[in-house]
Amino acid sequence: MTYAATQVYAPTPSVPGELKVIQDATCTFCGCVCDDIELTVKDDHIIEAKRACVLGKAWFLNHSIEDRPSCMVDGKPATLEHGYDRAAQILTHGKYPIVYGLSDSPCEAQRVAVSIVDWIKGTIDTTTSVCHGPSGMAFQGVGEVTCSLGEVANRGDLIMFWGSNPAESHPRHFTKYSLMPKGMFLPNGRKDRTCVLVDVRKTKSAKAADIFIQIKPKRDFEALWTLRALAKGIELDPELVQRETGVEFSVWTDLMDRMKACKFGVIFFGMGLTMTRGKHANSEALLALTRDMNEHTRFVAKPNRGHGNVTGADNVVSWRTGYPFGVNHSRGYPRFNPGEYTTSDTLANREADCGMTIACDPMANFSQPAREHLASIPFIALDTKETPTTRAAAVAFTVATYGINTGGTVYRMDDVPIPLRPAFPSPHPSDYDVLTEIEERVKVILGVTHK
Amino acid sequence: MPETFTLIPGRTTDQGCGVSEGKFKAKYQTAVSSLQVAPGDMERLGLSEGDRVRLTGEEGQSVEVCITAAKKDELPEGLLFIAYGDISSQLMTGDTHGSGMPTSKGMEVTMELLQKATS
Repeated sequence: MTYAATQVYAPTPSVPGELKVIQDATCTFCGCVCDDIELTVKDDHIIEAKRACVLGKAWFLNHSIEDRPSCMVDGKPATLEHGYDRAAQILTHGKYPIVYGLSDSPCEAQRVAVSIVDWIKGTIDTTTSVCHGPSGMAFQGVGEVTCSLGEVANRGDLIMFWGSNPAESHPRHFTKYSLMPKGMFLPNGRKDRTCVLVDVRKTKSAKAADIFIQIKPKRDFEALWTLRALAKGIELDPELVQRETGVEFSVWTDLMDRMKACKFGVIFFGMGLTMTRGKHANSEALLALTRDMNEHTRFVAKPNRGHGNVTGADNVVSWRTGYPFGVNHSRGYPRFNPGEYTTSDTLANREADCGMTIACDPMANFSQPAREHLASIPFIALDTKETPTTRAAAVAFTVATYGINTGGTVYRMDDVPIPLRPAFPSPHPSDYDVLTEIEERVKVILGVTHK
Repeated sequence: MPETFTLIPGRTTDQGCGVSEGKFKAKYQTAVSSLQVAPGDMERLGLSEGDRVRLTGEEGQSVEVCITAAKKDELPEGLLFIAYGDISSQLMTGDTHGSGMPTSKGMEVTMELLQKATS
């Protein structure tokens, strides 16, 4: 199947000099996946993005056709055919192939990436593992009491943010979903809601909060368990609580009173929890607190997800393998083990001997030991722009940008699938096209199909 | 004498916009290579805007970076902030403690002055 056949909405070519308006375009920069953007396109360049936030405007207005070869092999321009052949050879000749990234690709491409990993008995991991991977582990341990962002907009009267700074990471979160909307049960919008921010520093999001609670660094776990104890009516030593959390005991009891008294409480949590000491234990504490609060009132929790389709990556890898990230197929069936099959580990432990990165930049974002090992093995990189990772790749594909040049499906951070309405076509192949071509060659090399 | 701080890397608007402009362009490079220090710490240590310091992580990994004063009360004393990027990642260790996630926030680092800014 061609990529066009997988898309609900396909891009139409621009007529030179004429303006084209795309209604309800979808921004895929962050997990909010705002699908109400009005784009004005002229000569294959977006010149206006109405309703987009500062990050969305940067996303749309800076994406024109990349003046680079669609394929580079060993740092030199090459034909796509040569690139596909070389990529398939790399992936089939290793003993421990890894495929990583996927959070800025549509679900259709993610699905093909999982198929390739299945054929080559490789390990697949997404950027979730260095984002909300610990929350993914916590979901399995505790469960997730959750809801859609639409329910938050219509019902949420106590909105908490914990270790998350949406003012800078998800600028429309407040106005579109969590604080400002006038909802079915909140006719006065912001006036009907109380906003609480818990963080170790007074971020730009603090201005939007009614209550800001500044805890000691690396004491999220202690603070969350303080609230769990209060929710259960367990007596605590106020001095000990203040010493451990850096916050007066009365602040916690006041917060718990508000949490019990609200009609629909929501905790959005960010990487302040998952990247800090404790990691999945922090997320587990927050999810357990949320569960506990349902003995008193309705309470839900949602991770604020970063990349445009990182939630899609979790969904696609889950429904293909049974697990959301860090999945190894070396025995012919999927095995999940964060800390072993996650890419930070397979690289830093010098286990992977070849790989493919898709829409991610580990050469800029991983630890030095992981980067050094990635630079020492043959790997393929797919990205819309030049990055430190594409520069280090044996085969680098410049791909069309999802949501701007290609259609498909992405999942919003609340697991709601949303179609993409692209603005103009690209001469570069989509990541779906590249991955499909590589998969076909992998199957021929492995003797699954013949030319 | 190096002093120990807790480093919090995180998102910023400029870093996010810089990703879309291109990681080799000035906006992104500036955003990810500027270390925010609490004004109280700067005064106590005699540091000025633009001074160059060395940060050293728990396994001896180190980076050099220029500092800027954090906005009023945004950062408590004892904490440092830098936007996610190459420098913050160089300070991470390869160990994920069985989670898949390297400790990327709340890292203990020492900071020492290397060079005063030229005025």
